[in-house]
Amino acid sequence: MFPASFDYAKANSVADAVSILTSVDDAKLLAGGHSLLPLMKLRLATPSMLVDIGSLSELSYIEDKGDYVAIGALTRHHDIQNSRLLKSEVPILPYVASQVGDPQVRHRGTIGGSISHGDGASDLPAAALALDARLVLVGPTGERVIPATEFFVGFLETVMSPDELLTEVRVSKFSGGWSFQKFNRRAQDWAIVGVAAVNDGNTRVSLVNMGPTPLRASAVEEALMGGASIEAASKKASEGLDPPEDLNASSRYRRHLAEVLTRRALTEALG
Amino acid sequence: MTALQTGSSQRVTGKRLLRREDPELLTGEARFVDDLYQQDALYMALLRSPLAHAKIISIDVSEARKMPGVHEVLSGRDLREEFSAPMPCAWPVTEDMKNPPHYPIASDVVHYVGDAVAVVIASDKVAAVDALAAIDVKYEALPVVTELEEALLDRNLVHPSLGTNSCFVWKLEPDRAGVDQAFASAAHVVTNRYVQQRLIPSALEPRGVLAVPHPYGAEYTLFSSTQIPHILKLMLSTTLGISEAKLRVVAPSVGGGFGSKLNVYAEEVLALALARKLSKPVRWTEERSEGALTTIHGRGQVQEVELAADSNGRITAVRVNILADMGAYLQLLTPGVPLLGAFLYHGQYDVPAYSFTCTGLFTNKTPTDAYRGAGRPEATFAIERSIDSLARKIGIDPAEIRRRNFIPVDKFPYSSVPGLIFDSGNYEPALQAALEKVGYAQLRMEQEKRRTQGSRKHLGIGISSYVEMCGLAPSKVLGSLRYSAGGWESATVRILPTSKVQVTTGTAPHGQGHETSWSMIVADRLGVSLEDVEVLHSDTAVAPFGMDTYGSRSVAVGGSAVYLATEKVLDKARLIAAHKLEVSPEDLEYSDGMFKVKGSAEKSFALSSVALEAFTAHDLPDGIEPNLEASVTWDPPNFTFPFGTHIAVVEVDEETGDTRLVRYVSVDDVGNQINPMIVEGQLEGGIAQGVAQALYEEAAYDEQGNLLDTTFIEYMLPSAVELPSFELASTVTPSPTNPLGVKGVGEAGCIASPPAVINAIVDALSPFGIEHIDMPASPQKVWSAIESSRGDGK
Repeated sequence: MFPASFDYAKANSVADAVSILTSVDDAKLLAGGHSLLPLMKLRLATPSMLVDIGSLSELSYIEDKGDYVAIGALTRHHDIQNSRLLKSEVPILPYVASQVGDPQVRHRGTIGGSISHGDGASDLPAAALALDARLVLVGPTGERVIPATEFFVGFLETVMSPDELLTEVRVSKFSGGWSFQKFNRRAQDWAIVGVAAVNDGNTRVSLVNMGPTPLRASAVEEALMGGASIEAASKKASEGLDPPEDLNASSRYRRHLAEVLTRRALTEALG
Repeated sequence: MTALQTGSSQRVTGKRLLRREDPELLTGEARFVDDLYQQDALYMALLRSPLAHAKIISIDVSEARKMPGVHEVLSGRDLREEFSAPMPCAWPVTEDMKNPPHYPIASDVVHYVGDAVAVVIASDKVAAVDALAAIDVKYEALPVVTELEEALLDRNLVHPSLGTNSCFVWKLEPDRAGVDQAFASAAHVVTNRYVQQRLIPSALEPRGVLAVPHPYGAEYTLFSSTQIPHILKLMLSTTLGISEAKLRVVAPSVGGGFGSKLNVYAEEVLALALARKLSKPVRWTEERSEGALTTIHGRGQVQEVELAADSNGRITAVRVNILADMGAYLQLLTPGVPLLGAFLYHGQYDVPAYSFTCTGLFTNKTPTDAYRGAGRPEATFAIERSIDSLARKIGIDPAEIRRRNFIPVDKFPYSSVPGLIFDSGNYEPALQAALEKVGYAQLRMEQEKRRTQGSRKHLGIGISSYVEMCGLAPSKVLGSLRYSAGGWESATVRILPTSKVQVTTGTAPHGQGHETSWSMIVADRLGVSLEDVEVLHSDTAVAPFGMDTYGSRSVAVGGSAVYLATEKVLDKARLIAAHKLEVSPEDLEYSDGMFKVKGSAEKSFALSSVALEAFTAHDLPDGIEPNLEASVTWDPPNFTFPFGTHIAVVEVDEETGDTRLVRYVSVDDVGNQINPMIVEGQLEGGIAQGVAQALYEEAAYDEQGNLLDTTFIEYMLPSAVELPSFELASTVTPSPTNPLGVKGVGEAGCIASPPAVINAIVDALSPFGIEHIDMPASPQKVWSAIESSRGDGK
């Protein structure tokens, strides 16, 4: 399979990348390429230009910032999976990263790429939601920080404008319980349904592949706040949602899985 | 015979030797079709129908012709004159079988999504693919037939000119009245319907072809990723009217086939036709999603299976009625695939009455054909699921009901009611060994414990005792089944002047390791070192006669031919040695490369000296030709009948339907083993492929005939992560049918494993009253079954 022809530019800096994005219509950033290139090969995406930010090593870091950890957008899943800092301060994130794809994907894929792709079926965006992550975006007019909860707006659509670049993911340290339940048939696949739960005093629950975007299970969170049992709160996992249908799962089966997995996630995170 | 005959005290057969093929494959040195350099080659790309059934109203190629790099754009109509004969089907299973016209490219009507309608020839691959988008085709959609039971009704027709969707009805009814009588008087009858879903073979290397014309000699060389260079050559010669003497077919390194490359494909015919037309080399390499649509699919059957039994659970009759999906056209062996299972629906059991009917049906889907096991996995699934169903009905343990029905060891050679002679077999020890290896009694206790404790993770144990027929095949029998070719295999063994040994074989290995195994057979018999034996194959200019590789036939037929050719060359060498030693040939014994006079240790003559004598020809006995060379074409007197028992252990999560294979034990009897490591490799791969059918894979279509899983994102090939380490063991009952005592092992794993896994799942779910789960047993299907069993509709 061959992508349609496209131009290629290598960005030398974040500013350089932004300036190319600003001047070229329909240019796309290329980081790990593990979401974009398959779409291009199937000709479902036909960008006019790829702006390669793969060599911007200044965007690959995991740093202790006191009450939060800053993760550069080009940090590979493999590095997140093996980060000591994250394992001790934000342990859910290395675990979720370890569940993404296969070793090849984890060595190429980046957290910034995964989040800015905004795929409702991906694991890391859901983890970012459950962690109330803050996302740093850089564009022609400067920098803005957006809460993950406001970042995902539609199917493969985020609040990022075409000339913006996600540079950093900020996740608060926490010492409570957590869980990530990924249900799939093959280890390398996207989740049929996934549930992330973080308990740092408040309990936050997010869902993978239960709608067009990564989602917070707000009904579950509210029920828990209202004093509902885990069992009762889990029953609200798919409330108000319209989960997708595919060869692996009907909408109804997804709703059922979401309930079971939410119960398991909450039992582990709150246990 | 019980052991391989050997002329060596340092025996290599039976040893776990690393394969000599592997270093070049593992380092990337091996050359597959797409790796072959060819100057001035043009690239072919095919425009394929997006509709499953439609009339082609018009094709406008004018824009595509203007695209950069494009040499030629042609429609089916433009190419019609190129073909001397339609695409071949070599197995007209009945006299009145219907075979619709089928050409490499459609000209008027397309019959499945993927049917080619136009071809682009360009100077590079990407230019060819890009130009496809510029071809404008107008279609008029026609009614689509996708399901077998719907096809049977003939409401809509795949090929209206045939007047029916039925391709053939094939019956094997040695005693119909006897079967009816057995059912009428049976204490127990079980009737089941099973679906053999379509599978996409998914060889590691996609198909590829490179057609090279030699315009001044009017000769052609075709390189193809094929299992059948010899058959392909013959068929290309017919379809394109090229003299057999002017055509050479080469299969370079081939990355797997599983039967999917046991075919003559449109692209092979087209590439050669275009190379001839344009006087330029033409090449094509399949894209993965293109392959999902256009490389043959496997399986595709709906089976109705009935067993009659007496009150002790002894099966008294088997009655089978199947619908077999041909797809849109007949490929090389499409209609014959169900026949390869037709004789085996009684499995390992001594069944006195038998009836089998198969209706082949056309659908608007990718053609089906032989896929690893071809007919035998379907038969094995039917009997092994049914016998479990019978055991449950009567309340007998699945292991016990099998014991009660096994063909007793003293009945071999066993004449089966359907008409085969099972040359050898001993089923009980394999079952016993498998039960012991898996710890059957203990597992049953663990299962019961979980149930009484109310665990939501259910354990299931599934047994599959299988027998298959392979080693295709006695030519006479193939003839009686209306197969268009023989089942022999040829080999030539040459001892070169320096006493190195050159073997040519008509088999066409594509992952089986024949170079290793054949050299082991020859090295042992001649008592020469393994490194001194080279094996040449898969090139019609090197080994002109061959029947190629499929149907687990190569060692039983091709290996035997190699062995017999070695014997023959040794017989000649013995005459020369006797002449040199001035003794009679009968006085010589042969071992470790030396002819020795019996009872006289000093008088000997080395094979290496014989080789030089034969070459120089200065002093040969009267009537003996120079050189040491012998050819044998071996036509086996019977099939071979590998057998064994496999046991699967699964764990099912009742809340989610998640089903995991946790253990897998197999005890296989494939006769003598030339290289046990290769045997195990074949079993491991075969079992994985069968487990994949049971749990993961399905070529899924929508009602419009669109294939829904054309990438490996959707099409669920499992990886090693999803599978436990298999626990393999074997028994050895040599086949008396061939001089090596071998049977063949390429398909056994995937023949045995699907029913083992499904039996295990159904066993796990028996507390819910669930009687069957169709393949693939996806978590959603398992969950739905549990949910409906509760009847609460949740």
